[in-house]
Amino acid sequence: MKITADSPPVLSILDRPNSYIGRAVPRPNLQRLTQGRGQYISDVTLPRMAHVAYLRSPHAHARIVSISTEAAKNAPGVVAVVTGAELAKVMTPWVGVLTHLKGIKSAPQSPIAVERACWQGEAVCAVVARTRAQAEDACELIDIVYEELPAVTNPETALDAGTPVIHASLGDNLCFERKLDVGEVDKAFANSDAVVEATFVTGRHTGVCTEPRAVVADWNEGEQRMTVYHATQAPHMMQNLFAKHLDLSESQVRVLTKDVGGSFGIKVHTYADEMATVALSKLLKRPVKFVADRIESFVTDIHARDHRIKGKIGVSKDGIITAFEIDDLTGIGPYSVYPRTSGIEANQVVNLTGGPYNCPNYRAQARVVFQNKNVMCQYRAVGHPIAVAVTEGLVELAAAKIGMDPLEIRRRNLFPDDGYPAQTASGLKLEQLSHHEALAHLDTMIDYAGLRAEQKKLRDKGIYRGIGFASFIEVTNPSAAFYGVGGAKITSQDGATVKLDAQGAITIHSGVTEQGQGAEAVLAQCVASSFGVSMDRVRVVTGDTDNTPYGGGTWASRAAGIGGEAAWQAGKALRGNVLAVAGAMLQAKPEDLDIRNGIVVDKTTGAERLGLDELARVAYFRPDTLPPGFQAELMATRHYVPRAWPFAFTNGIQASYLEVDTDTGFVKLLRHWCVEDCGTIINPQLVNEQIRGGVVQGIGAALFEQCLYDERGQMLNGNMADYLVPMAVEMPDIDCGHVVSPTADSELGAKGAGEAGTAGAPACIMNAINDALRPLGAQPLTDMPFTPGKILAALGKI
Amino acid sequence: MSMDVDITITVNGERITERVEARKTLVDFVRDDLGLTGSHVGCEHGVCGACTMRVDGVIVRGCLMLAAQCDGAKVETIEGLSDSGELADLQAAFEQRNALQCGYCTPGMLTAAQELLNQAKAKQSVPSRDEIREHISGNYCRCTGYHAIVDAVESVAKARAGAKS
Repeated sequence: MKITADSPPVLSILDRPNSYIGRAVPRPNLQRLTQGRGQYISDVTLPRMAHVAYLRSPHAHARIVSISTEAAKNAPGVVAVVTGAELAKVMTPWVGVLTHLKGIKSAPQSPIAVERACWQGEAVCAVVARTRAQAEDACELIDIVYEELPAVTNPETALDAGTPVIHASLGDNLCFERKLDVGEVDKAFANSDAVVEATFVTGRHTGVCTEPRAVVADWNEGEQRMTVYHATQAPHMMQNLFAKHLDLSESQVRVLTKDVGGSFGIKVHTYADEMATVALSKLLKRPVKFVADRIESFVTDIHARDHRIKGKIGVSKDGIITAFEIDDLTGIGPYSVYPRTSGIEANQVVNLTGGPYNCPNYRAQARVVFQNKNVMCQYRAVGHPIAVAVTEGLVELAAAKIGMDPLEIRRRNLFPDDGYPAQTASGLKLEQLSHHEALAHLDTMIDYAGLRAEQKKLRDKGIYRGIGFASFIEVTNPSAAFYGVGGAKITSQDGATVKLDAQGAITIHSGVTEQGQGAEAVLAQCVASSFGVSMDRVRVVTGDTDNTPYGGGTWASRAAGIGGEAAWQAGKALRGNVLAVAGAMLQAKPEDLDIRNGIVVDKTTGAERLGLDELARVAYFRPDTLPPGFQAELMATRHYVPRAWPFAFTNGIQASYLEVDTDTGFVKLLRHWCVEDCGTIINPQLVNEQIRGGVVQGIGAALFEQCLYDERGQMLNGNMADYLVPMAVEMPDIDCGHVVSPTADSELGAKGAGEAGTAGAPACIMNAINDALRPLGAQPLTDMPFTPGKILAALGKI
Repeated sequence: MSMDVDITITVNGERITERVEARKTLVDFVRDDLGLTGSHVGCEHGVCGACTMRVDGVIVRGCLMLAAQCDGAKVETIEGLSDSGELADLQAAFEQRNALQCGYCTPGMLTAAQELLNQAKAKQSVPSRDEIREHISGNYCRCTGYHAIVDAVESVAKARAGAKS
């Protein structure tokens, strides 16, 4: 284990000639995007393509009494007007449950509402027309009679006897419940010197991908085949689901992703309107395109993080944490989202709370309830920002209560760096983390003592600055334990196929996908390194179920750690195959040869023996000159799945330095730091940019972002003028540092880095605000987002 | 229903005469009618900046302007700004610094940043990081957190100033 600078040196175990591992090489596929020559799904047009617009329920809960479509059917350009009942003949409904979440239940969901709409924004009728504008015009001619039903909107009363049950067949509004009681919690609290309780609220918010969800479905009646151009993170998962619900075989479905304009977990779910678009293509036997507009995105893209958590922590006077207890309540909309379910987020909160700390006593309850709002499901760093906010909020409140420095209380409780493998109270298995080294690195990086001195000096002048921290662990490289064991057809393994072309260049086909994280760069780096060519000789193909190995795609910080390892192994395998050919051509032993910079060399002397272009020429065009019985194999496939650990946990710590204007309640972010440990760093620039982007996404949750609903289930701020997202001017520079603890589960040793920033940032901002306001006697702020109004209220000014 | 309007506009140096629906936005026109898909549609209400393009030398929101308003105008999109080489150093800096991830905001971001760089050039100054942040705050990026974008724009501002002196 070692601390690395922003650009760490090449790591020795992977140090081969042409090694790109650990190097900040630019992504090879960027010019097309900077020149506006990418192809996003919203750019795709096909011959005979029609556009669909959905008429959506204006009510949170309503019975659909009647739908009059005649006028719309006769409107200019209209191809078809299709109701939920009509589409049900083409596509079967789905239920979002997993068997390993014991007791989870949900109701069947249809691509278009049948008889009843359960949230404001649910599609109730489709209009397909030659243009989107014509489809929207015709939507206005549809007359729907609704009978409004009582809307269940408050999770606190969702389980009360007097509250209507949204789905009568389920018996109540409880989707999922989990309880955990480990150690001796009551005894630990009784023996504590101080106990702190607080209620945390994490505001319901959403991904706001710059490119809204988009799909073009093309059913070819002649081929009996469905091609779906889909901005998705998981093409093979969607292939399975499209096939299943259209009663096709998977071989009849091809999913292509093209460029994806941001995903963040938003684009890894089944959306009713996307399923409906695919069904409409089948019904109409022609391509149909759907692109959500921004207003539709706000009421149909999954929301997340709408949790109320009562938390409790016990500490001794010397700062040892004795116990954690939480009671989490979350409202997830009217359906558990298919196929990953809406139980996972709360389950993760239970799993992850207290995660960095060596504390054996932990009690948790989580309840997930149905409500008549848009659905909630997994969004970047699923559950982490909530669990980290509760844990780190409690830890800093406890430190303040016993008068201990917030870094010191962490030093006394974080799992020791030399104590691994370890297990959290909730049962998470930790291979090797580096909390203390990360904390020490952060302490130096931020000049903590200097920062505290500056803070003190400025307080004397009436300037209130705060320093906040958040330690965290992050789930990455998930094995089958995440979804596969629960019965979902979501693969945790991934594959890479590498081939040598006839000019000696390399093509890699991978099951992971690119949405901007740099997965294609990482794959190219891995293959170039393990095979032995420069990166400009590697071309990467992803996002096509017809042309890539079966894989999981990109989610849960898995692309580099799992897809990268498969690519590394495939490159090695192809090197072996190529050296066999070289050995046959050169009458040498393959083990005495190597490939360096695209040339077969003598392994010991490095003397050049044969160019790959010449090798490929002979193997492909003059195989008759090779020894009898020798067959060149210039394509190799390898798969990888983590087996030794259910998840490769990573760790880290963030710090925020900010200033609160106590007259206006505005928060100015001055600086943000993150030290994290994602194991082997394949590309330090890409890791840092994942951290930075993730931190800002977390800052959005802490300060700005919230989907506001009224008591009737109407979303009040479903547009980008009213729903605030972080813009450049409010954001700080973000410094990154690293500790490297490779996982021994793979040869590369890489863990994921995509969600660490988002996991820790909200807690960090919360703690910094409370640190700034503590000398003013403000009530601790625990209700995100921390708007100026809430800050002024905490200060007693309004 | 809607009315049609005949317009003649110059897009990326190419003179185009088309009949458009009066209600059609400029960004829908360049994307759907001209196939210039480098200008992106993010919010359609003027907040996100993904459709930023240049009309008669000034950056505009392609979603807040109608194609019919552009009769006689000179429109420049990312495709034209790329082919002319005007953005080459800025594009290279974005690529080197990984100042884009998904790339959806990038054409608008580059076009907005170029305006600041042109203003700085006219004033013979180098914008500060705060000024860069301020100027690009009409362009939403969900991926990068902006730090890398500010780095890239700052490096080009410095390089262009250096090349001038």
